Amino acid sequence: MTVEWRRRHVLGLADFRVEEMEFVIDTARSMEEVLTRDIKKVPALRGKTAVNLFFEPSTRTRTSFEIAGKRLSADVVNFSSATSSVTKGETLLDTAKNIEAMKPNILIIRHPASGAPHFLSRFVSCSIINAGDGANEHPSQGLLDLYTIIKAKGKISGLKIAIVGDILHSRVVRSDLHSLGRMGASLWLCGPPTLAPREMERTGAKVTYDIREAVRNADVVIMLRIQLERQKTAYFPSLREYSRKFGLNRDVFSLAKDDAVIMHPGPINRGIELSDDLADCAQSRILNQVESGVAVRMALLYLLAGGHDAAH
Amino acid sequence: MLLIKGGRIIDPAGRRDETGGVVLEDGKVKDLISGPGAPKGFEGTVIDAAGKWVVPGLIDMHVHLRDPGYEWKEDIRSGTAAAAAGGFCSVVCMANTKPVNDHVEITRYIREKSEREGFANVFPVAAVTRGMEGKEMTDYAELSEAGAVAFSDDGRPVASSLLMRRALEYAKAFDLLILSHAEDAEMSHGGAAHEGWTACRLGIPGIPSAAEEIAIARDILLARLTGGKVHIQHISTKMGVDLLRMAKRAGLPVTGETAPHYFTLTDAAIEGYNTNAKMNPPLRPEEDRMALLEGLIDGTIDAVATDHAPHDDYVKRCEFIEAANGIIGLETALPLTLALLAGGKVAPGRAIELLSANPARILKLAGKGSLRKGADADVTIIDPDAEWEYREADVRSKSRNSPFFGWKLRGRAVVTIRGGRVTHSLLAGVTAGA
Repeated sequence: MTVEWRRRHVLGLADFRVEEMEFVIDTARSMEEVLTRDIKKVPALRGKTAVNLFFEPSTRTRTSFEIAGKRLSADVVNFSSATSSVTKGETLLDTAKNIEAMKPNILIIRHPASGAPHFLSRFVSCSIINAGDGANEHPSQGLLDLYTIIKAKGKISGLKIAIVGDILHSRVVRSDLHSLGRMGASLWLCGPPTLAPREMERTGAKVTYDIREAVRNADVVIMLRIQLERQKTAYFPSLREYSRKFGLNRDVFSLAKDDAVIMHPGPINRGIELSDDLADCAQSRILNQVESGVAVRMALLYLLAGGHDAAH
Repeated sequence: MLLIKGGRIIDPAGRRDETGGVVLEDGKVKDLISGPGAPKGFEGTVIDAAGKWVVPGLIDMHVHLRDPGYEWKEDIRSGTAAAAAGGFCSVVCMANTKPVNDHVEITRYIREKSEREGFANVFPVAAVTRGMEGKEMTDYAELSEAGAVAFSDDGRPVASSLLMRRALEYAKAFDLLILSHAEDAEMSHGGAAHEGWTACRLGIPGIPSAAEEIAIARDILLARLTGGKVHIQHISTKMGVDLLRMAKRAGLPVTGETAPHYFTLTDAAIEGYNTNAKMNPPLRPEEDRMALLEGLIDGTIDAVATDHAPHDDYVKRCEFIEAANGIIGLETALPLTLALLAGGKVAPGRAIELLSANPARILKLAGKGSLRKGADADVTIIDPDAEWEYREADVRSKSRNSPFFGWKLRGRAVVTIRGGRVTHSLLAGVTAGA
């Protein structure tokens, strides 16, 4: 398939066309082949530099991007806010401009403020990948969820996919709504009313406060991490009650289709949103998501760094 | 002596809407003339206002001049220059300066500096509570004697219902007005845009309409309890308009204002994380905008005030949730308000009520808001048909935080006269400073 890839940035999936998403998945598939080799490294991005610019604690996403870059022979540098001058009051723009002056090809940005990468994209000349901005988007997660489900189910269209947890604050949901929703899945969003805004129905998804309704006959159940500190801000009375009413356990999961799979963007709170046994069960695709993540991120780095000109 | 002749004089407070002339002398309206001509034997300067509207000097009852304390954003000189360019002869400045205007010395400083350097009359608003901390009342009588025309903790709502009750009650002794920045700050805490579809989609923490409406309802109930006068600032929601309408029907001493951006834009303007569309209260959806228009037209809302809030670039050139609230508005308020007249449902006099007569009445500004004989010689001459583009390069304010750059606007102040002196002119042969 030939798709014209003209993007300089991946800020979100909001404006991704279906063909573009399919193109990323196709590219990820060929990247995944590299990961099965003995020597898991290709020279595609030799001489290119990617900077992980992380203003929020994150281990897995940062590591995933780092490994993805290294598999492609890019130089990957980590910059995290704990060790940066951000804590001394430098503006985000100044920090980004300083990094940009060191001539990286790609900035991979994780930031607690929604829209931070969009804002920076107006001022820097290198490419930007959004690795999660506030409650807005996490596009590589949206794509890796798409890829994981395609691998598990062979398709997206017509599937019932339940996403359960803190919908309100979730950037994963907002990216999944674009990726899975646009590919034709029927999406059910579930959480307590304080965390599951009705406005989300404007996307075409259904919103329910009853996990059984969400999970019944589902092909895929995506559980979201509940931020433990939300309890303090009174979104729900206790973790115990949350777990009983909105957590996934054997009893609730038995309502899903027999071959349904479980996903979770991680990190898991075992025994809270997901029961311990389900996290490791045969139908769990949680570690497959992590695996797909490296391939998808390799694809994004590869496409943004211009590698596809030679390959296609 | 100065004669403005041949214009359409629109003076709702003086019940006048006709072609005529106004004679100004010694800072006052000396005479009113019927018909287009000049009186026989008139000797003095003549401004030909044929085809223009001649209205009582516009009054913006809600601005932030940032002086003292934040003079790099705006000062009394630049802020009043922007006012004059927008057709305003008077501005009412809020107390959230640094230090806060909670003491007669600050009130006097603002009065004296504006008398010395200002291009418009500046009427200070003093704080409701010391340091705007919501704990103790300021010295209302003394501040009023020093020139404070009203009291407001604008920017930091008075959280305590008890303290607001006492303030309204105590202020009655001196017939003083409290302006309410109506916001339940605990509910809005952390929010950066209207809680609705746009913010939800963009992942921006929301501010529900109820955070404003709860506070409006509270202050109306406190006005009912105490009989004290309250004016609701920057109303942005439909229910806010409904509450004000209900209060007025009940005969309560409550008035209200809104700002041009609330009846011109909706929360869709934040798309792309546009920090120049970030303000508090936030821009609301279309339904609210329509309700504001209705309230402006039917007389529920008394005044259009800009909430002119200058900010330097770097506090807007940042992440949306981190960005400062507010936009400048003095130079765009008139055309945006005149847009109400499109469609012909509203007479021009209504716009002049909103921008001059009513603010003068609410704040009891003697000699302002009308062109009656003996009134102050504050006059705005408006070309209602002027089409112009609002450009960043033309801004008189020190700050540039506006969502309206590049907009094609209709209607403009071509001459502003304050106290008989021209403070702004686009007319050939009429020079500012004369």
